[in-house]
Amino acid sequence: MKSSTRQVDGVTIVDLSGRITLGEGSVVLRDTVRDLLSKGQKKILLNLGDVNYIDSSGIGELVSAYTTAKNQGGELKLLNLTKKVHDLLQITKLYTVFDVKEDEAAGVKSFNK
Amino acid sequence: MGIALTFAGPTGKLSLRPSTAFGLALWARRTVASEAKADSGIICSMSEDRVSYTLDSTLETVNNAEETASRMAADAGFDEEEIMKISMAVREAAVNAVLHGNAYDPNKKVTLAFERTDHDLVIVIRDQGKGLDVSRIPDPLAPDNLMKTSGRGIFLIRSFMDVVEIHPSQSGTELKMIKHVRGNPADSKEAPQ
Repeated sequence: MKSSTRQVDGVTIVDLSGRITLGEGSVVLRDTVRDLLSKGQKKILLNLGDVNYIDSSGIGELVSAYTTAKNQGGELKLLNLTKKVHDLLQITKLYTVFDVKEDEAAGVKSFNK
Repeated sequence: MGIALTFAGPTGKLSLRPSTAFGLALWARRTVASEAKADSGIICSMSEDRVSYTLDSTLETVNNAEETASRMAADAGFDEEEIMKISMAVREAAVNAVLHGNAYDPNKKVTLAFERTDHDLVIVIRDQGKGLDVSRIPDPLAPDNLMKTSGRGIFLIRSFMDVVEIHPSQSGTELKMIKHVRGNPADSKEAPQ
């Protein structure tokens, strides 16, 4: 999995691509989010538009990232879910737990209300 | 990617990727009973409509199991969504076997078997762990468990497959998964005249 970050109006957008699975993307995601939080970047929008596969470990890592951000006074939201990821979050009842955005501009704006 | 297998057949040696080997073994419908061991330590056993692999307790096993399941499901005629579900169920089962069952123990193996019957794709995965305590599998949808970072593997397997049986014992856990093959002659109704 690849990960890159960019800043838009005080929000850190993390563009992820590839797979979030055990032994692959899970570690990248964890390290990225922890690194951002340690630097005080606490408004995080995870762009999953190019994430084509996620397993139970990856789901766990998303939950962990969300909880870690929240516990440190931050906010983590999801952007551009693919159908596969959307369906997985639906059947695991996590879709309503995460704040999911479909539009980047609206997603960024939602942090600054 | 993929591990080359050396298959010693009656006509000589063939080097095959696991999925290719599975495909040949299952669909050629010929009488072949043989065993082959690759340099990587994978042992492959084939018969007419069944193939089983003995695999190391590694992450590579998880990825290979998923990749092979995907190919097998495609060969069986499942659509893209069903292929994803089957391969994901197998991946989760392999994760359970490698991590929770065998705990990465290099002395313990994982056995993965695929069988194509007239109506089903049957997948059996076994580990050599202490035996899964089925009564302690949490419900990941329970409010108290919803935000836990693990415990969704068996739930996903049950969500994606038609039949799931878990048989724990002191010598390990066997997980059997069945996906019904749709569109085969036995399932189809007569076309309207």
